[in-house]
Amino acid sequence: MNIDYSQEMPVIESRISLAEIDRLISRPLDEKPDKKFLIALSITLTLLLVGVISISYLFLYGTGVWGLNQPVGWAFDITNFVFWVGIGHAGTLISAVLYLLRQKWRTGIARFAEAMTIFAVMCAGIFPIIHTGRPWLAGYLTPYPNQHGLWVNFTSPLVWDVFAVSTYFTVSLVFWYVGLIPDFGLLRDRTASKLKKTIYSIFSLGWRNSHRNWMHYEKAYMLLAGFATPLVLSVHTIVSFDFAVSIIPGWHSTIFPPYFVAGAIFSGFAMVVTVLIFVRKVFDLQHIITLNHLDKMNKIILVTGSMVGYAYAMEFFIAWYSGNPFEQFIFINRAFGPYAWAYWIMVSCNVFIPQLFWFKKVRRTIPVMLIIVILVNVGMWFERFVITVTSLHRDFLPSSWGYFVPSVFDLGTLIGSFGLFFTLVLLFTKTLPVVAISEIKAVAEGAQPSHNGGKH
Amino acid sequence: MSERKLYGLTALFQTPDEIVHAAKKVQDSGYKKYDVHTPYPVHGMDAAMKLKPSNLGYVTLIFGLSGAAFALLFMYWAMSKDYPMIIGGKPFFALPAFIPITFEITVLLATLATVIGMLTFYFKFPNNSQPLHDTPYMKAVSSDKYGICIEADDELFDLEKVKHLFKELNGQNVSEIYFPVTEPFKIFEPKFLILLAVVALSTSAVTYLTLNKLLYITPYNWLMNQNRVNVQSKSTFYADGFGMRKPVEGTVARGFIPYEYKGLAAPVVPLSNPLLPTAQILQLGRKRFLTFCSPCHGNFGDGDSRLRGQFPNPPSLHSEKVRGWHDGNIYHVIVNGQNVMPSYSSQLSRDDRWAVIHYIRALQKAKNASPSEILEAKKETPSNAAK
Repeated sequence: MNIDYSQEMPVIESRISLAEIDRLISRPLDEKPDKKFLIALSITLTLLLVGVISISYLFLYGTGVWGLNQPVGWAFDITNFVFWVGIGHAGTLISAVLYLLRQKWRTGIARFAEAMTIFAVMCAGIFPIIHTGRPWLAGYLTPYPNQHGLWVNFTSPLVWDVFAVSTYFTVSLVFWYVGLIPDFGLLRDRTASKLKKTIYSIFSLGWRNSHRNWMHYEKAYMLLAGFATPLVLSVHTIVSFDFAVSIIPGWHSTIFPPYFVAGAIFSGFAMVVTVLIFVRKVFDLQHIITLNHLDKMNKIILVTGSMVGYAYAMEFFIAWYSGNPFEQFIFINRAFGPYAWAYWIMVSCNVFIPQLFWFKKVRRTIPVMLIIVILVNVGMWFERFVITVTSLHRDFLPSSWGYFVPSVFDLGTLIGSFGLFFTLVLLFTKTLPVVAISEIKAVAEGAQPSHNGGKH
Repeated sequence: MSERKLYGLTALFQTPDEIVHAAKKVQDSGYKKYDVHTPYPVHGMDAAMKLKPSNLGYVTLIFGLSGAAFALLFMYWAMSKDYPMIIGGKPFFALPAFIPITFEITVLLATLATVIGMLTFYFKFPNNSQPLHDTPYMKAVSSDKYGICIEADDELFDLEKVKHLFKELNGQNVSEIYFPVTEPFKIFEPKFLILLAVVALSTSAVTYLTLNKLLYITPYNWLMNQNRVNVQSKSTFYADGFGMRKPVEGTVARGFIPYEYKGLAAPVVPLSNPLLPTAQILQLGRKRFLTFCSPCHGNFGDGDSRLRGQFPNPPSLHSEKVRGWHDGNIYHVIVNGQNVMPSYSSQLSRDDRWAVIHYIRALQKAKNASPSEILEAKKETPSNAAK
């Protein structure tokens, strides 16, 4: 295949008119949900129900219903939390970092990835709250003036987490909403239904497509992207501090922040690809979310996957190089101890399998790609599991050694979080434009002035 | 709705090149109050309209810096002034540990200020009653057309001239936009007032139910509602029906070493007070005296009970007899009891008892001082002497 690298590849394949873009993207919103959608929704709602039941049971009987106990005091709760926060990283990376890097291809997938960020952070937020056993007291995590004269410990990574995750959620939501305002304006002008028009009008805030507004809007978007970029890096860094600031061998490591951020991007992109494969097919968006998009995302998965692999190797090297017997024991135990099965699932799914993306054919074949990205998600969940559980299950004294086995409620809560995530994703595809319409128009062919009156 | 006023004149264009050209011409013709409406930001329009670059960045800068300063100062105040606590051997002002939260607050405040500031101060949103809304013109420019609108408020506005200009520029669908002079959304409209009332009522109902009912239903048991016997309450478990228990027989609690002369009429060897009557000891004695002795003996030891005859009044502690006792005798009475007075050995520790005795001595001195002694006491401190 000969590609002319002097010309940027068009973002949208086959010339589509601007009105056609409107029609294509807003079609799922205009049509009544079909049978396929309802079947999918009933499946995700069932999963969600499993989660609701598990959590209700947890609230009634306390955290004893989970499988965790001494010495493994942190297990599925923190694993799921870190996993979901990681999934959330792709959205902001695509919408902010790639925006600053002037990657035009991001426009097709940015909206969807941002929505996934918000839903994933919502899923993540459940776990720190429920794992305390007294979720209705979560308000104590915020510093507020109280009758005890006490403040939260601002030097604790767990409090940093509260600030980081809530800031990340708020900023992602605002970023997403700012992007949606012009689209709400368009939907308001398109719709015939009075109720929809009222709703869209409220959310559009009275957007008028005025260039005097566009000018500030573009500036604001750039500022938000500028802030979201360091923010996305800070969030998983701070999440990794939950582990790295402690003194447990296997956690107390300075490699954690970059290693966690790379892993987060890796898992997030895998999840975006997983969902986009279905969305572009179901909603007929192959021209807007093209194979080139998937190809580029697979390249990022390959890069970040290799970075994660490097981190795994470096952890072993440092364990040996440090000469610390506890550190060495924990890493040998990880690879060959009771949890070796989890370790090798993690290594094969995260390091070995993504290497297939070196082949262009694999990067552009949808069924193969789907299998690989799902395995990446599995691998990344196991990475968090391995870090959390294997570091804890062998305490310093052999009398405090144990083996964690999840209870049915652990699994139910995990399933429920997937149910919540996919329910929200499904509802999103039917209620809001899954592609940023005004952004995609701006990068369509012939959308910008040609600077010489249209005559080349 | 009868009276309508002209808002402006609009024209539509087909391509981005045309709209940039048109905007340039309108700007050059000297119009100030005009606007270009495009479905997406068109490059080169800023230059065509001669717009100054957006100064939104200053809002971000100011709020971001305030966020950083606020977070850092607040943590400094909370962790080293208001409630200083040593954590992990770090200094009170542990700057590296404050960086994450400082960063997050900076980002949060800067982002929110940028967006809210842009929407409210720059765009004057929300505003859904602008005359351009719901016009075919707005529908076209939000989809795939490029429009320009010159407002009637402009100093140079002249309907014919503007129409001519648009024609010259090859603008299509040139149309006049009107708006009703009467206010479309009145504040004192019954519908709106009812909505406000409903919102207020439902908010208060939800708040009340959440804070007073929902939080207290099972399983939300708070620590204060525990299944245990409280002091001063009846117990169905113990045979004597008291919730409070006496120490188990034969055990010795800290500070409660058994008294050698228990049950005797008087101590065999005269006991002397091991404590010095310092201000601190007198304060302790006063506290214990007011708690345990004063209900019967009165606040000043006069034997004026607060119990209103439910219990026989004891004699005054200021009698010659008691004043003549040595300390050991009083101690003996506290531990052993006397007549109807029960033993206070389980309520008062050894130090408490001796402190109470010091306090009783002080009371006795105060009540029975001679005038010369009072004069002497007044001289002791300058503030007293001045009186």
